[in-house]
Amino acid sequence: MDYEQIEKNARRRKCLRDILLGLVLCSWAVIVLFPFYWMLLTSVKSYGSYNSEFIPRLFTLSPTLENYGSAFSQVPLGRYFLNTLVFTVITTALMLFVTVLAAFAFSRLRFRGRDLIFTAFLSLMMIPTELVVITNFVTVTDLNLRNSFLGLILPSVTSVFYIYLLKENFSQIPDELYYAAKVDGTSDFKYLWKVMIPICQPTIVTITILKVIECWNSFVWPRLITDDQNYFLVSVGIQEIRENGFGRENIPAMMAAVVVISLPLIALFLLFRKKIMAGVARGGTKG
Amino acid sequence: MNVTLQNLTKKFPNRNKKAGGEVTAVNDFTFEVPDGQLIGLLGPSGCGKSTTLYMICGLQAPTSGRIFFGDRDVTDLPTENRGVGLVFQNYALYPHMTVLQNILFPLENLKGKDRPGKEEMRRRAVEAARLVQIDSLLDRKPSELSGGQQQRVAIARALVKMPGVLLLDEPLSNLDARLRLQTREEIRRIQRQTGITTVFVTHDQEEAMSISDQIVVMKEGVVQQTGKPQEVYDNPCNLFVATFLGTPPINLFDGRVEKETLYIGGEALLPVPGIADQAVTVGIRPEGFVPEEQGPFSCRLLRTEIMGRDVSFVCTNDACRKETFRAIIQSDGTEQSHPETVRFRLKPGKVLLFDENGSRLRGTNHGKE
Amino acid sequence: MEKNNPKGYLYLLPAFLFLGIFLVYPLMDVFVYSFQENYNFASQTYTGVGIYNFRYVLRDPFFLQALKNTFLLVIITVPLSTGLALLISLCLSSIEKLRDFFQTVFFLPYVTNTLAVGLVFMILFKKTPYSDGFMNLLLNAFGFASVDFLSGPYWAKMLVLCLYTVWIVMPFKILILTSALASVSQQYHNAARVDGASRGRIFWRITLPMISPSLFYLVITGFIGAFKAYSDAVALFGIDLNAAGMNTIVGFVYDMLYGRSGGYPSYASAAAVILFAIVLTITCINLLVSKKHVHYI
Repeated sequence: MDYEQIEKNARRRKCLRDILLGLVLCSWAVIVLFPFYWMLLTSVKSYGSYNSEFIPRLFTLSPTLENYGSAFSQVPLGRYFLNTLVFTVITTALMLFVTVLAAFAFSRLRFRGRDLIFTAFLSLMMIPTELVVITNFVTVTDLNLRNSFLGLILPSVTSVFYIYLLKENFSQIPDELYYAAKVDGTSDFKYLWKVMIPICQPTIVTITILKVIECWNSFVWPRLITDDQNYFLVSVGIQEIRENGFGRENIPAMMAAVVVISLPLIALFLLFRKKIMAGVARGGTKG
Repeated sequence: MNVTLQNLTKKFPNRNKKAGGEVTAVNDFTFEVPDGQLIGLLGPSGCGKSTTLYMICGLQAPTSGRIFFGDRDVTDLPTENRGVGLVFQNYALYPHMTVLQNILFPLENLKGKDRPGKEEMRRRAVEAARLVQIDSLLDRKPSELSGGQQQRVAIARALVKMPGVLLLDEPLSNLDARLRLQTREEIRRIQRQTGITTVFVTHDQEEAMSISDQIVVMKEGVVQQTGKPQEVYDNPCNLFVATFLGTPPINLFDGRVEKETLYIGGEALLPVPGIADQAVTVGIRPEGFVPEEQGPFSCRLLRTEIMGRDVSFVCTNDACRKETFRAIIQSDGTEQSHPETVRFRLKPGKVLLFDENGSRLRGTNHGKE
Repeated sequence: MEKNNPKGYLYLLPAFLFLGIFLVYPLMDVFVYSFQENYNFASQTYTGVGIYNFRYVLRDPFFLQALKNTFLLVIITVPLSTGLALLISLCLSSIEKLRDFFQTVFFLPYVTNTLAVGLVFMILFKKTPYSDGFMNLLLNAFGFASVDFLSGPYWAKMLVLCLYTVWIVMPFKILILTSALASVSQQYHNAARVDGASRGRIFWRITLPMISPSLFYLVITGFIGAFKAYSDAVALFGIDLNAAGMNTIVGFVYDMLYGRSGGYPSYASAAAVILFAIVLTITCINLLVSKKHVHYI
């Protein structure tokens, strides 16, 4: 066995591996970031200069913000934004209310058939949304709730998975705490509000953030249920812009709208990076 | 194969990044492990003994210094080419493989002409399993084994490729007391049987003393003393080694030497020829006390504890560094009266003197005992 | 202690209401719809009960096209994205510097609006009379001719759809695999090195079996997700997917329900039930295959 040869080979291989490793990581980073760069870049090119580029330029020397102006003035982007905000806030709040109460009942209260009901709940997780959308569409149409916030929000509230996640977290709180509170004469509701929610705050924050992301990006249901621009959410709005807005060819203005729509979530992500990634690793999917 | 460590040093960046700087885990370690011996690397936790082991097998690279297997310099050789066997503290058995697959794994990694045929591999794996007496468990998964059985599998896996050096990292620390006693004899037996040069790391001095050919005592990355267990025990080079070895531990007293005589309190205890006048730390092994009516060393007796063959006297003395100290006396079986004050004669060989820095003070007639 | 606390039902009531009306009832109803023939939306009447809806859907050329598109998308993107994610996660887990940075960057597509970023992909690939677009610029640089990706040949459209789908699903897979790799103790890696295993062998014999449960989870969710593809196709090819020839099964369901060719909840239900059956079958096959190859510890 030639030791020197082995050592030399090992060094060379390590060097090669490091280069390859960096190459893979950097290329994927470029692939991920490039669309974001392109959208920013295009959004600051003027309409005239964008359309005169037969060969697209990779940078611009005369950035302009006029596209952002037209994004808000030529199409009701502000309206879409406001709608999405209202939709997201109300849906998330309702979801939290329903989820916290249900998780509390399952984890803390004892009543007949509890475990059976919980198992039934869990089995609901397997139902794909595509199956239930059809009837929901009919139901909401029959109730004359098309083009209304009620119609948008109600079917989007429940998430069995979040109930499950929070229930598991609630269950970890030792029983002694509950009995101690009972001895002190605390009501169930006060115990939930003063003890359980503060202790499980990280999980609650996680499901809130996940729900906000879900709401902000929801497309299928809003598209089915709204055809009045006054009730469009951003996803539907951007689709509308793509089909009909800006005279179809004003790409820079379109990109300005895309930037505006993407920013809130990216900002949220950068703020709560660790929490979001941990939350998604625990049970987020993107369907 | 003998293993030589030359001025081995390992520095880690400080764990607290803001504090910066480096922590020296192993400092200038020089030692030669003779071929076919069992060496115990002994020290309190965090003294750098595991780091030393990891450097020998190549999982960590030394900051400076060289490592030789035989006369080959292997310092820069990757672990996988060193041909060492290592038993991890928590065994690190591959949980998705059966016992047999675990033991076969090192053989399957051999390349070229070293690689035996399928049948030969199996034969050697079964042989290794038989050596550690687990040949009836070959089809189990590690999770289905007890701690002691997992330990044996780990040893078999390390031995199967007949490594030049076998390394054991705290091999007994995860076993219960009874199993520990049994397994350490087992390790000794296997090492004798195979004749593989073995280094094992432990913080348990009893473990190291009982089975090692030689022990290396480390503290804060620095080797304190090396030698045969009994030699190191009888003749420690400093206060740390003296206190670290022995159960119950050595008893420490404040004393002084005047005119080549050792005094504790006001009592002249022993002649200590060749030692200059100074304040000293006196270490007396528990077995160094002999009760005698006219003995020079008087103490208050708090209680006695009878432990079968021996009787342990728990006493106090104003000069003692602790509240109480312990003397172990061979019992003659007869119930003794327990006076409040006992007097001891001291066995000269069991009395060790240290200066204020903790270095051993050696008189002219010491070592002859 | 508290044996039967009826207040429990009270706390569950909101969840019961929402789940009952918008999940349980629709689930049963969709099967009813799928067997009602000639259901009329306005009058809410139907002429009979039978499997006509299924036969109609299975003969509809748009559905067959959607079926083909969806299967192609699944077969291409699931292995591709899982393999790529594994490669990237392996690279990620063997660096220390910049790891947080790369992880953050790689996760970005997860928090973006599929429709919005789809528009960016559209303009990157789009060929117009004024410009060939960025992707064609790149192709030309390597000596290839321009391709009309979004309204040209089928393979080109499929390619764009697959690329965008992979781009969108990668963050989740990288995240899951990176945390799976991080949970494999370094000790096994060390033990394997001491046992003389090369890097390749450590990967195949130690790392891969130990992360196989996560990998398997990704394959299952990947299959399910890809079978439900819709938004990404809409983002690239517009709302009228049938016209572009790029419809998916889910797209077909929604088109049947609402839109230019909408108003047929029975057909939509039948198509949804067929999709559900396909996904269920594939998942079962996955589960069976995994029994042999996934090591649960």
